Amino acid sequence: MLRKMSLVILAALGLGLILAACQPAEPVVVTQEVRVIETQEVQVNVPVTIAMESERLAAVEARGNLICGVNSTVPGFGFIDANGQNVGFDVDFCRALAAAVFGDPAMVEFRPLTAAERFTALQTNEVDVLIRNTTWTMSRDVELGADFGPTTFYDGQGMMVRKADGFTSLNDMGGATICVLAGTTTELNLADAFNVRGLDYEALVLDTSDATAAAYDEGRCDGLTSDKSQLAGLRTGLATPADHVILPETMSKEPLGPVWAHGDQQWGDVVTWVVNAIIIAEEKGITSANVDQMAASDPQDPEVRRLLGLEGEFGAKLGLENDFVVDVIRAVGNYGEIYDRHLGPAGTNIPREGSLNALWSQGGMIYAQPWR
Amino acid sequence: MARSGRRLDPFWRDLRFLQIAGQAVFVLLAAIVAAWLISNLNDALQARGLDLSFTFLRRTAGFAITEGPGMARNEPYWRAYVVGLINSLSVIGLGLILTTIVGLLAGVAMLTNNWLLRNAARAYVEFIRNTPLLVQLFFIYFGVVLAMPSLQDRIEVGPISLSQRGVYFPRPVSQAGATVWLLLTLLAIALSAWILMRRIRRRRVTGEETRPWLWAAIPVIAIPVLGWLLLPEPPITWEAPVLEGLRMVGGLRMTPEYFALLLGLVFYTGAFIADVVRGGILAVSHGQREAARSLGLSEGLVLWLVVLPQAMRVIIPPLINQYLNLAKNSSLAIGIGYLDLYAVSQIIFNQSGQAVQVIALLMATYLLLSLTISVVMNYANRRLAIPGR
Repeated sequence: MLRKMSLVILAALGLGLILAACQPAEPVVVTQEVRVIETQEVQVNVPVTIAMESERLAAVEARGNLICGVNSTVPGFGFIDANGQNVGFDVDFCRALAAAVFGDPAMVEFRPLTAAERFTALQTNEVDVLIRNTTWTMSRDVELGADFGPTTFYDGQGMMVRKADGFTSLNDMGGATICVLAGTTTELNLADAFNVRGLDYEALVLDTSDATAAAYDEGRCDGLTSDKSQLAGLRTGLATPADHVILPETMSKEPLGPVWAHGDQQWGDVVTWVVNAIIIAEEKGITSANVDQMAASDPQDPEVRRLLGLEGEFGAKLGLENDFVVDVIRAVGNYGEIYDRHLGPAGTNIPREGSLNALWSQGGMIYAQPWR
Repeated sequence: MARSGRRLDPFWRDLRFLQIAGQAVFVLLAAIVAAWLISNLNDALQARGLDLSFTFLRRTAGFAITEGPGMARNEPYWRAYVVGLINSLSVIGLGLILTTIVGLLAGVAMLTNNWLLRNAARAYVEFIRNTPLLVQLFFIYFGVVLAMPSLQDRIEVGPISLSQRGVYFPRPVSQAGATVWLLLTLLAIALSAWILMRRIRRRRVTGEETRPWLWAAIPVIAIPVLGWLLLPEPPITWEAPVLEGLRMVGGLRMTPEYFALLLGLVFYTGAFIADVVRGGILAVSHGQREAARSLGLSEGLVLWLVVLPQAMRVIIPPLINQYLNLAKNSSLAIGIGYLDLYAVSQIIFNQSGQAVQVIALLMATYLLLSLTISVVMNYANRRLAIPGR
């Protein structure tokens, strides 16, 4: 920061000298040519550093662990299991990032955040990265000082209702009371969805997912709205999950992914390429089980060679170990493995095949830029 | 030898110097800490390209509120803030009145000779005072209020209906003769007040029993009733809430969240006030009580005319604290989904991303609220103080 300031001052001084040099020499004759010199304020952007390593990465390495903002109340994405461990789809991306930086997925500190707290935590550097089912929207990107990484899950907002109430669509829900989480895009989409249909509704706004589900389960609300993936998870926690259905309508687009504080491009690159590595690993069939063997067996596929650090200096360019991807995949597996572990039939059971979250090569939207 | 009594200490042993220097160091440290905090905030905001203006309050909020006065989704943020403020004031205002009644009753009950009443009051105070308010609120909201029957199976007590969607009351609707009738009623109240004061004065002067309350009650009851009966149609009708689809339409409603918060705040603060009242009563010298009894006053009159007026002087200062606590504790509403000032502010700063401004505004608002309560209560305190003391 200080260096940046002094460079700007130096640049400004330099500019001042140049302007001063343009002034005419002292006049000798009485008739004088008057030249008006307009002083302009010029902002000079001086590239401060082209260092390999980002400030944030250096800070994380110095601290000895990664601080990751997560959810702790949504089964499947971020939840605390019976052993007190943070588990979930988002949580695994935190572990992957820790594995990329330290080679050890355990070197991460989880900071459970509510939806309402998360951006403040990010803005105040409370967390290094926020991986907490956070929707990428324009206003968040532009106004909140947040930068968004590649989308790891394409979600959409849905509505859960009781089967006994007989709703088949949102259009039946005029005058309904809806439980919704405070400070989310969900809250805004709900207002939009009912507005567009010309229906009125009453929102019960609570500040944790648990509380919204509890109030809905008690019958305080006719519907519970959230991202569909979360509804699937929350349904498993209701008294009688089979009594509830999720309506077919999707009220919004909810691309979820990692978020970091604006201003550290290099750190953003690290997060982005860790996610991309996990996706490419699935494309190439690299799994947590075979990654070590694959790295040792001198593979032929050039992209696999680059990915695993056998060719080129891709890891080193990010300021990481050249073969950091091996550590990442060994720790959490590829995209498909992470998905199956938390969102597959063993977890909250959100079908992947044919959905937006299938690989691009299988008709989905999960796509990574090439590793070259 | 004139200077023999005075030792020439170095200046750092001089008490006056130490006092001034100590204060200077303290002020300096406080200034450094404040400057550090502010520069930290500035750096963080600048690094992320955020600014500190309040213009965002004019932008469209995008969310709707149904609690209290409510607002539509296309109204600006400041309007949401105002709705939150009104909701807070509403629960604080009603809460202060009810908690005073609960506290006064429980405080007096703790000192009665009735074993059951005394111990019930004691148990209430000890139990409520020694558990956290947030836990009580969760219990009341999720365990009691939401455990009430659904809207379809609602409990109807006369015109009032109770369900987990709230308490519904009939709403008064003014009809043609309403103005006339209301004026008549006001007149009756004024008349009653006049009779009351006259009769009390006569009792004080002559000593005869004038039954002021009984006589004053006659016009205030008789005139409105007669007016109601004599007008061609009832001046006020009641609009009962009816179930229409998924909700009740018409009538007045108290949402479960409001109800739970009010209940929690009233009983929690009431427990503290009860102990304040008990202490205040015990502080009145026993001789006062005995003197009053020896004059032949009944127990109720001893309490009302002799003990409580003196106890009030001890009660009011700590009571101010309890009132302030109630006002500030009302921000726990967020836990149970009541959209008070704090809950709405949290939504606003989260949707707009302008946390610093909203928190600053919020602190200023609560400060103003607390200071207002303080000023009013301090005024009451001065009025009740024994002159000359």
